[in-house]
This record gives sequence, C-alpha cells and structure tokens, in this order.
Amino acid sequence: MTFVKARLELEKLAAGDQLEVFLSEGEPLQSVPRSAAEQGYKVLEVTQVEGSRYRVLFEK
Amino acid sequence: MTEKKKLSLICFSGDFDKSVAAFTLATGAAAVNYDVNMFFTFWGLNIVKSGRRRSLVGRGPLARAFNFLAGGSGNLPMSRLNFMGASPGLMSRMMRKRNVATLEQLVQAAKDLRVGLYACEMSMNILGMKQPDFIPEIKDVIGVPTFLKLSEGGETLFI
Repeated sequence: MTFVKARLELEKLAAGDQLEVFLSEGEPLQSVPRSAAEQGYKVLEVTQVEGSRYRVLFEK
Repeated sequence: MTEKKKLSLICFSGDFDKSVAAFTLATGAAAVNYDVNMFFTFWGLNIVKSGRRRSLVGRGPLARAFNFLAGGSGNLPMSRLNFMGASPGLMSRMMRKRNVATLEQLVQAAKDLRVGLYACEMSMNILGMKQPDFIPEIKDVIGVPTFLKLSEGGETLFI
C-alpha cells in the first residue's frame, strides 16, 4: 500500500514537480523508489531523517 | 511497446480478511501498471453493494432476506474468529493503529487507480439485484465468457 499511496500522489504532479515521501527502512525503502523509477519518475535524493526513517525526493 | 501485465481477481468469499487481501493485491498491481480486473461473485457482491449496512435490497422475499442478512461492506465477516461480527472492527482498529490501509481505503485506492470492477450477472440475478444496487464504479455486469475474455493472457486468482 505504501507504493499505492505514493503513486496516487505522484500522479497528481505536473511535469517537473517534486514530491517528498517518508519511508521506513527495509521493504518500503527498497521497493518504492524502484517502482517509481520503473514508472518513469526520477529519484533525486534519499536521505536518512532519523533512525530507520528516510526522506525520498521524487520528480515527475 | 511492451504489453501490460494483467491480473484478474475473482472475489467469491466476501470475507473481510480475504477482501483486504484481494484489494491489496489489486491496488499493488495497479500501482505498478498492471491491467487489473476484479470480478465480484456470490458473497463477493456484498463488498460492492451501494449500501454499506444491511438493507432489504433485491426482488422477492427470499432474496431480500439473504441480502439483509449478508449486509454490505460494513458487515463483512472475518473468515475465522469472527466473534459474532466483532472481529472486522477490531482488525480495522489494529490496522489503523499500525498505519496499514483499511478495507475502505483499499477500495478507494482501487477506484482511484482505475481497477476494473465487475459484478457477476448470475449471482446478481439469483439475489434479485440490479446494477444500481452496486457502487457506481462497477463498470459492467458480466458473465463467465466476458470475464474469460477480460482475463485472457494474465494471471487469475480466486479469493
């Protein structure tokens, strides 16, 4: 469901717009950026926020 | 151009937990660009009735009795440990607490991701219902031949 929510938000973007998504380490952090990249979205940044929480910046 | 992968789900049981599984699979696949269709038959029709609660919908006293007892998406039983209907509410509470999408959220996501939602004509007729008795997102009421055509070339799961 994590990627489902991310995908629904990414769909709303116009070309060039960015979206930051906060993901937990493990399956979400591995699968969401990969799935988004497969769909043609750019993964600009992956930064650790705190503990096992990461901030991922996408661009359409 | 690469052909889209396809996933079709036959939702038969109408159980709460199995419905969560079905919609999790459907939305996950749709989110990664699968062509997804869901076919609601027998008890699965309860998931997509327009009313969430028990109502006297249907033609004839027996059909109305069945539909009333079965209820809608707000009355789906758990396949095990139903505890006289308490379990789905308890399970939903646990899901919200752990930030897991509830069945309602999953159904909305399926609509937003344009998953094809279809009602079974035969079951609908047995239960004396009509298309307006279901949610407006039901694309069509179909039978086996049409479903086989829709699902051709992809994976089909029976839930």
